[in-house]
Amino acid sequence: MISIFIKEVNEFLNSLIAYVVIGVFLIGIGLLMWVFPDTNVLDYGYASMEPLFSMGPYVFMFLIPAITMKSFAEEKRAGTIELLQTLPFRDSQIIMGKFLAGFFLVFFSVLPTLIYYFSLDQLGNPPGNLDTPGIIGSYIGLVLLGGVFTAIGILSSALTGNQIVSFILAAFLSFFFYSGFDSLAAINIWADWSYYIGQVGIMSHYTSISRGLLDFKDIVYFISLIALMLLFTQLILGWRK
Amino acid sequence: MAVSIQNLTKIFGEQKAVNDISFEVKEGMITGFLGPNGAGKSTTMKMATGYIRPTSGTVLLDGIDVTEHPLKAKSIMGYLPEHNPLYLDMYIREFLGFIAGAYHLKQPKRKVEEMIDLVGLQRESGKRIGALSKGYRQRVGLAKALIHNPKVLILDEPTTGLDPNQILEIRQVIKDISADKTVILSTHIMQEVEAICDHVVIIDRGELVANDELSVLKAGLNETNGIILEFEKAINQKVFEEAGFELKEYGKNAYLIESERSDLRAELLKITSEHDLPLVSLTKAQKSLEEIFHRLTQKTGV
Repeated sequence: MISIFIKEVNEFLNSLIAYVVIGVFLIGIGLLMWVFPDTNVLDYGYASMEPLFSMGPYVFMFLIPAITMKSFAEEKRAGTIELLQTLPFRDSQIIMGKFLAGFFLVFFSVLPTLIYYFSLDQLGNPPGNLDTPGIIGSYIGLVLLGGVFTAIGILSSALTGNQIVSFILAAFLSFFFYSGFDSLAAINIWADWSYYIGQVGIMSHYTSISRGLLDFKDIVYFISLIALMLLFTQLILGWRK
Repeated sequence: MAVSIQNLTKIFGEQKAVNDISFEVKEGMITGFLGPNGAGKSTTMKMATGYIRPTSGTVLLDGIDVTEHPLKAKSIMGYLPEHNPLYLDMYIREFLGFIAGAYHLKQPKRKVEEMIDLVGLQRESGKRIGALSKGYRQRVGLAKALIHNPKVLILDEPTTGLDPNQILEIRQVIKDISADKTVILSTHIMQEVEAICDHVVIIDRGELVANDELSVLKAGLNETNGIILEFEKAINQKVFEEAGFELKEYGKNAYLIESERSDLRAELLKITSEHDLPLVSLTKAQKSLEEIFHRLTQKTGV
């Protein structure tokens, strides 16, 4: 597993992928947070990191599929999947190696935004007037959300040998899991069930964590969603044989 | 038995790609695995390496069942897949280092250098795999298959697409390392089989059609003891017929004589010199492996 992880991370670093992803994420979030008039914190007047945590998932929705679209699709197209699967690896090790490498990249694109925390801390009036527990919760939520999107991306990539199909599928599934269920729940026909339908989606759990309320069941939800996606990936890899 | 394949069958949808094949390969032997395109060679090899699961039947590599203990089987097996897929963005050392890591080798760096020396990649060793020519990529693939000193080596068309010099070099490498290993290699090139293989397995349309030692297979073909005589100009055929030989036309002024007699050549030479016939050449009509292959795989018609 470790050798796959290292290979994948090297692949990100040797190609431009890692730099472009981290760069685009930081520039995008930076613009939304400090420059664009509709969303920036300076005009908003409150020392809050809200723009990062509300826009972050939408930026991830494009960036993470771009990271993961290659992972299995490219191996299948080039035939190197045969090479991997005839080395003494379990399929689960290959999947975990690839997932962790993608997750690692997501984690490192979020990490530099910690600077925003310290900047906002100084901007508050009086300085230090910041909802720290809420921000910690939001960070955990954002990273877990990144994990779910990465797992969705890995699954989409295993489903096809075409990177573009994989990208579109991953972006759509990420969007659907993030806010699709919430919107579905709003339809009147199944009003009685709307709470449960909403609970299936990511947004309800993400907002609950963002409030700084670290509920065990939300963490379990995120981790089991990741596990489920990776399990499907394993089924697909095994079924193809 | 180093490799034992028993009743192996693979069905893709409606098509039987491999149908109930059984054969065994002894340790230290190079086995040539032949068959026309689409006969099921690659499928059989992919099952032997654990890449695809057989519909039924078993593959034992050094006594280890590939389906039941895939990791153990994969760690004693080296595999060079057809078309030799490689990570083109990786450098040679980086790639071999990754493979060494996958096999949990001790002293991976030293192993990588050893392999680079063994397959003759020293001059190219600083390059990306994508920048290498096909012959050198094939060497990288071979180094990948050999790095963990596997007991069983499975090579799917190791010499296709190489130039004649590279073919000879790769064959030499295979021959050199085969002493303490079991090698199965598939190929289309019959000379290759004659040059390096001890044992031949031929399949056609998923069925096993031959499984013998090369010498046995060739001996079986030469049961007809034929001689081809070629003359400078037309001759009077009667002189041979009087001596009890039957002549078959075999090209211009050339004849094939088939007979059970053992010292056929001496007798024929005697006749030609007695009658002062203008003999140009006298060759033994030997059926090549190509003919064996052709005969065995064309039997059922196209």
